Amino acid sequence: MPESVIHYPSSENYVMSSDRIVGKSVLRKEGRDKVTGRSQYVDDMVLPNMLFGATVRSQIPRGRIRKITFGGGVAWDEFVIVSAKDIPGKNCISLIGDDQPCLAHQLVNHSEEPILLLGHPDRHLLPKAVEAVSIEYDPLPAIFTMEESERRSEIVWGEDNVFKTYLIEKGDVDDVWEKADYIVEGEYTTGAQEQLYIENNGMIAVFNAEEGITAWGSLQCPYYVHKALMALCDLPAEKVRVVQMETGGAFGGKEEYPSMIAAHAALLAMKSGKPVKIIYDRTEDMAATTKRHPSRTRLRTAVSKDGKILGGEIDFTIDGGAYLTLSPVVLSRGAIHAGGPYYWPSVRIRAKAVATNAPPHGAFRGFGAPQSLFAMERHMDRIAQVLGLSPVEIRRRNFLQPGQTTTTEQVVREPIDLANLLDRALELSDYHSKKQRFKTENQLGSARKGVGLAAFLHGAGFTGSGERYLSSVVGVEGCADGSVRVLVSSTEFGQGTKTVLSQIAAEALALPYENVSVAQPDTLEVPNSGPTVASRTAMIVGKLVQSAALGIKQTLISSNLLSEAYTAAEFRTACQQYVAAHGQFRSWSRYEAPADIFWDDQKYRGEAYAAFAWAVYAAEVTVDLATYSVSVDDFVALQEVGKVLHPLLAKGQIIGGVAQGIGFTLYEKVVWQNGRMQNSQMTNYIMPTSSDLPPIRVFFEELGNVYGAYGAKGIGELPMDGPAPAILNAVEDALGIAFDAIPLLPEDIMDRLDKDRLDKDGLDKDGSAASPRFSNSGVGSGGGTR
Amino acid sequence: MSDSRERRAKVEISFVVNGEPKTIHAYPMERLLDVLRHQLQLTGAKEGCGEGECGSCSVLMDGILVNSCLLPVLQAEGSSVVTIEGLAAGETLQILQQAFLDCGGAQCGICTPGMILAAFHLLDKKPEPTMAEIRDGLAGNLCRCTGYGQIVEAVAEAARRRTVA
Repeated sequence: MPESVIHYPSSENYVMSSDRIVGKSVLRKEGRDKVTGRSQYVDDMVLPNMLFGATVRSQIPRGRIRKITFGGGVAWDEFVIVSAKDIPGKNCISLIGDDQPCLAHQLVNHSEEPILLLGHPDRHLLPKAVEAVSIEYDPLPAIFTMEESERRSEIVWGEDNVFKTYLIEKGDVDDVWEKADYIVEGEYTTGAQEQLYIENNGMIAVFNAEEGITAWGSLQCPYYVHKALMALCDLPAEKVRVVQMETGGAFGGKEEYPSMIAAHAALLAMKSGKPVKIIYDRTEDMAATTKRHPSRTRLRTAVSKDGKILGGEIDFTIDGGAYLTLSPVVLSRGAIHAGGPYYWPSVRIRAKAVATNAPPHGAFRGFGAPQSLFAMERHMDRIAQVLGLSPVEIRRRNFLQPGQTTTTEQVVREPIDLANLLDRALELSDYHSKKQRFKTENQLGSARKGVGLAAFLHGAGFTGSGERYLSSVVGVEGCADGSVRVLVSSTEFGQGTKTVLSQIAAEALALPYENVSVAQPDTLEVPNSGPTVASRTAMIVGKLVQSAALGIKQTLISSNLLSEAYTAAEFRTACQQYVAAHGQFRSWSRYEAPADIFWDDQKYRGEAYAAFAWAVYAAEVTVDLATYSVSVDDFVALQEVGKVLHPLLAKGQIIGGVAQGIGFTLYEKVVWQNGRMQNSQMTNYIMPTSSDLPPIRVFFEELGNVYGAYGAKGIGELPMDGPAPAILNAVEDALGIAFDAIPLLPEDIMDRLDKDRLDKDGLDKDGSAASPRFSNSGVGSGGGTR
Repeated sequence: MSDSRERRAKVEISFVVNGEPKTIHAYPMERLLDVLRHQLQLTGAKEGCGEGECGSCSVLMDGILVNSCLLPVLQAEGSSVVTIEGLAAGETLQILQQAFLDCGGAQCGICTPGMILAAFHLLDKKPEPTMAEIRDGLAGNLCRCTGYGQIVEAVAEAARRRTVA
């Protein structure tokens, strides 16, 4: 089997105006620096007289701070010490809400909450000093699970522990139950997941009275940090500057928490008058910064005997941790994706984010959708089982068709053919013949094999009216040397932002790729093109780059410096002449919502996303009955993502996302005790290595997309959605046992099999049934034994 | 400085780094990683975990791949250390570096220096590895971006180019 293959179908719907640079796998812009080790990450940067900063955190999940003592053995006079009272502005990390303090003043609400900051020129002295600070508390009762939060025995946030709720209603779901031939119910849960970028979080800040604060760091969203620092330091916009350094992975994990670290570095810099660097070590990064929201989804579906979903209710709940942060938006995306790529004549989706005394959960690739889609795609297999249909058939009968509406009543306008996508995935994965073969082979030996499917969708860009509110601005500059520079706050952290945006500008201007560069994201230099999240950069920011680039060309033509047809050399000369005559030469483009996109924030109804990417994934697994471990032996990822702007990068995004999805499903378990992560090390929080993963086979369909640059859609988050349900569906195919919670670790399988054996033994004693499940003559495959 | 660390003697340690003899003064138990990054300004080796799990601090010491975050610099005395900065000849990339660039083996780039050195070590021991041998050979270096597929392809491609060259 080849390692992986990109296959391009010829498609009649292929929307492309040119195929010169867009669609080609040009070399990554900053690739040379990365393979030579020259790239500058924040910890590689050193400033003269720099101090190092460390954070003293709460040791209890909830309580009132009574007394802080600075213990012996530490030369405290050498340290800069910052507490909440040193904050010049508002003591909060300003985001959606202002509820999260920068430094706890009287109350702590989770056991990693920052209380004090210490600064010293010798970074090696800091851990000992942090330990020498002792804090006495009056503890308050804390809650750690969604269920405790819902019971409201203790109110830890607001009036009711509820951060946000949404209600999505379509049709009259109360009518469907009596028409139903079957009512199928299920409950599905997912755990927290650590982003585990290999570069830990870090930030450097400098302060002086004239220029204000400058912060350099590892981050996704320069203007989020900018906004947070303005509020915290009580400084006007022009006195806060945020610069993104090369960023060693992010995956959502550097969307919001960098604002906290920048705030801490800024406070130490303001108090000490010196540059301050804060670099987290792995343990602090894993324990204190955000992780994927744990979730619980309850599905109740009315189904007709011919396998059509008539309607249903979906309750989707996520654990937001101690503060609001991004939970409302994660919840929104999860709720909108909860119905999967299926047609629901009626549905009621109730979504809720609740508070617990854990560190706040936050953004992680997929942003709520992997959680609710896991539930939906496990539930489809459950419906199939109840009806005696195959997993293939139940999906085929319910797929959304062009012209039908989603759960938010968004009309599917794209000419997507999901049945065809499914057929292709079945063929590529050799699904049917494997399923037959495993049925026979599973009668023997100490391993059981199975295949599983997941069909799903992922909306690109901000949800609903989000892009309209963001109102992103992009600049393209014609430089004095005749080259072109893209000005965006969109950041590169591995996905290929600089490469793809350069391709788009080069394509629009008919220039060689080499003539285009992307400015370092620096709020002094670049406009706010929005955060680098939500699979929005290639599609939405890219489209703005395309339009701003065209502005440069039109200006040169209307100034009679360039004719409609030109060479790269002629463009260079014209650009040089323009700058010589007029000075700085920049073209701007601002997002405008397409007229046909309408969203009702109150009713949560309408066009949730300008475009969806669509996918069918197929997993093949082996469950070892001696070790109870599950290995993924083959994985096919087939998706429709609009125009593929850069095949190599796109394939890299999909493989990387699937790998994280496999980790989410089978390896990565956050162990909690009193709201604190107990396994905050790479030694005991296990992510997949190269030898744990199969070759992941990636295939694309390209329908194009009128709203995206050269037909692109979002791609980054999509591959996170499919692996978990595909793998657990395959495990059910292998064992005949349904698992509905992830992560699924060997001990979970062992417990379940042991329990089933004990139950059966019990029945045997009564003389009522059954040989042991996994004897050679027993049942194993096909799932008919539940 | 009040800390007892400061009163302990630094020792003189001589070793070769990327072909150049170096003599440095450091505490014997200081990590090789810190000496490389802070004293020699070779920041290509990265700290990902500080406990030898992730491999992003990997360097070659006398041809052996080591986690420089676990290695007291005293142990480097008399040895020859190669870091990512020592791999390319001037502006000409080493075969593996070029293959990583061509095949998409580097995404965010933070694991890349260590990963390339691990691959270098692998190809040194096994010039024509199978795909499975590449996956096993790189299993000590974690990458969160790529899912390893394009890294494995880059190493296979480099092995092919080496036999042709």
